[in-house]
Amino acid sequence: MKLELTVVQRAARDEFRDFVSAEILPHADRWDREAAISRKVIDALRARDYLGSNVVGKYGGVGRDMITYGLLTEEIARGCSSVRSLLTVHDMVAHAIQRWGSPEQRQNYLPALARGKVLAALALSEPNAGSDAAGVETTAADSNEGWVLNGHKKWTTFGQIAGLFLVLAQFEGQPTAFLVERESPGLTVRPLTGVWGTRASQLAELTFEGCCIPHGNLIGRIGFGLSHVIAAALEHGRYSVAWGAVGIGQACLDACRRYTAERRQFGVPLSDHQLIRRLLADMIVNVRAARLLCLRAGWLRDQRDPVAFMETMAAKYFASTMAVRAANDAVQIHGANGMSDEYPVGRYLRDAKVTEIIEGSTQIQQIALPMFDFEEF
Amino acid sequence: MDETQVKIKEFLSRFLKSHDLQLDEDIFALGFVSSLLAMQLVAFVEKEFGIQVEDADLDLDNFRSIRAISDLVARKSAPATA
Repeated sequence: MKLELTVVQRAARDEFRDFVSAEILPHADRWDREAAISRKVIDALRARDYLGSNVVGKYGGVGRDMITYGLLTEEIARGCSSVRSLLTVHDMVAHAIQRWGSPEQRQNYLPALARGKVLAALALSEPNAGSDAAGVETTAADSNEGWVLNGHKKWTTFGQIAGLFLVLAQFEGQPTAFLVERESPGLTVRPLTGVWGTRASQLAELTFEGCCIPHGNLIGRIGFGLSHVIAAALEHGRYSVAWGAVGIGQACLDACRRYTAERRQFGVPLSDHQLIRRLLADMIVNVRAARLLCLRAGWLRDQRDPVAFMETMAAKYFASTMAVRAANDAVQIHGANGMSDEYPVGRYLRDAKVTEIIEGSTQIQQIALPMFDFEEF
Repeated sequence: MDETQVKIKEFLSRFLKSHDLQLDEDIFALGFVSSLLAMQLVAFVEKEFGIQVEDADLDLDNFRSIRAISDLVARKSAPATA
């Protein structure tokens, strides 16, 4: 087995790295304080085909392979996890439409998503339904005019600016997925404030009050909304979040390398202290291990191998818990400075914690992973 | 069982280690089909048999048993008629 990047993938990673260093890193702390990313950075993502980049050429996308997509996600997260979360949710919806959308839905939505002309968001969680996604209380009813949705969605990432929502609702007790455009009558979007992780990810609450959408906006079949449509979106999101956690880990490492070289205590740089080196060694090895798990999951996803599901879950589990440990250690290494917004490591810790909660919490992965049959490779 | 059915059985048996799955046995009635297995099953038949499962194929009856899945594979593999 040879697991290394191709020349093209390495060049792409360098391009992503330069973009993030120039266009994201200098602004990430400000976006975090302002609880919003800039329109300018979204335009830059669009211009570079970084949004909806897994959409295939047939629908106007650049069709990035999963490894290159992972490298993009890692680099974006190295700069700002809120920007990463825009890629994640937008691409989750694009992926679900590409996988389970009807020919008309693919034709209608994918070109706009591939160009980033329309931003997409996943409307799954509710006040009473988090990990228990099958327990959503939003309902859909069939009428002559179309599907009529009633209910309340919460924690919808980038819901504040999304133009298209992938919504899970119950139709006669069967989880069913729908595509809801922002301008649909009966849909109200309210900003959700006061979060302390991925603070600039512009969360929203959605209220559906007799929200009427065309019959053609049912995606997948009735009763397959969770098991296939949302599951496809979540699986893609899990992959994206795993890489995002690697990006946070790398950002922690970069910050600690700088700080421990510059900061002197007891007459020598921090990096000369053995207990600091131990923390750095753990960070280095764990970031690399998480990246390898992500690369393997990406390779399997490109092969369309069914084993990819559990490998993606393993990668997400390891990478997200690793990111929290790395960020926690990064704050420790920075001492009092780590508790200050003059340094980014506090943001990394807050953002890392989010990766343990979204797209299947750590506990959901711990419950699910032992159910799989991990084969030797 | 034919070759297709044997491959399907081998795949499903990975999740049913102590159960000898029969050709027409209802896998949903056995209660081990999670949403993750459902997605893996789709990925398996697509990769193994070179077919594309579309939204129109999302019907529990297409995935209910080894025979049902092999019938789906046969239908999707058949050359299109004019």
